[in-house]
Amino acid sequence: MTCSELSEKFGISPATCWRRIEGMKRNGTISGFEGCIDWKALGYEIEVSLRIKLDKAHPKVFEEFIRAARKVPEVTEIQTFLGRVDVRLTLLAKNSGHYRELYRDRILALPNVSDIEPLMLISTVKDSKCLPI
Amino acid sequence: MPPDLVELDDTDRHILKLLAENADIACGEIGRRISISQSVAWRRIQRLKESGILGKRRLVFDNEALGFTVTVFLGIKLSAKDSASLAEFERAITAIPEVQVVQHVLGIFDYRVRIVARNLSDFERVLRRRIMALPGISEFEANVLLSEERRRGPIG
Repeated sequence: MTCSELSEKFGISPATCWRRIEGMKRNGTISGFEGCIDWKALGYEIEVSLRIKLDKAHPKVFEEFIRAARKVPEVTEIQTFLGRVDVRLTLLAKNSGHYRELYRDRILALPNVSDIEPLMLISTVKDSKCLPI
Repeated sequence: MPPDLVELDDTDRHILKLLAENADIACGEIGRRISISQSVAWRRIQRLKESGILGKRRLVFDNEALGFTVTVFLGIKLSAKDSASLAEFERAITAIPEVQVVQHVLGIFDYRVRIVARNLSDFERVLRRRIMALPGISEFEANVLLSEERRRGPIG
């Protein structure tokens, strides 16, 4: 939504609207704006969520795994969890052949992995960063 | 590769990297950072938008500053998998304000869901009153998010 659309919606002037947004950026409520890249438009047809359990044998396990995962360019998200899953990666691939290659050569080569469960994305039904405020 | 895909060159890649991190950055600033003119930067950005590669700008909130300290991911399995049940489930779950992301997936779960809450007891309320009241859930698993890192992805 643009500033002018917002101002129309709430019946305030575009300048007021802009000042409000700038204010929220300054006080840290809004951290910024990010650009969304449509990976499909770049030929990445496959998105897989890899739920990973780590072999927690020594204290550096997470650090080593994350450092290695950052080196795989097709990994777009790295999240750590409290629960049955330790780490989750989002992995992009151009097609199933490319996915197989990435999975075998890059993902299975990551350190300290004890188990991987892949979830393949079929469709995104909702995607919003909105908060229930 | 389909013929309508746009071939990116290094300039496009630089621009995408900068804009993915901060969509607020001005054309002039982009030009300065990668040594091209403001008008070239503008034309390149237009081309990336027109080809659908660069989507909408998205606001990034500081969840903690707004009082939302807990993010939980749920894996959900449905008991019935006919299309009417899926549609009903999707309609009901997307209407919950604390639910930010709903993805239909293939694997040990049917859906991946991202939920925000003010704290753990607020999450318990959402889980009990909202999620567990949804039609057709046979099983779910919750994992509490500890850290999150977005990577730039395979721009090159």
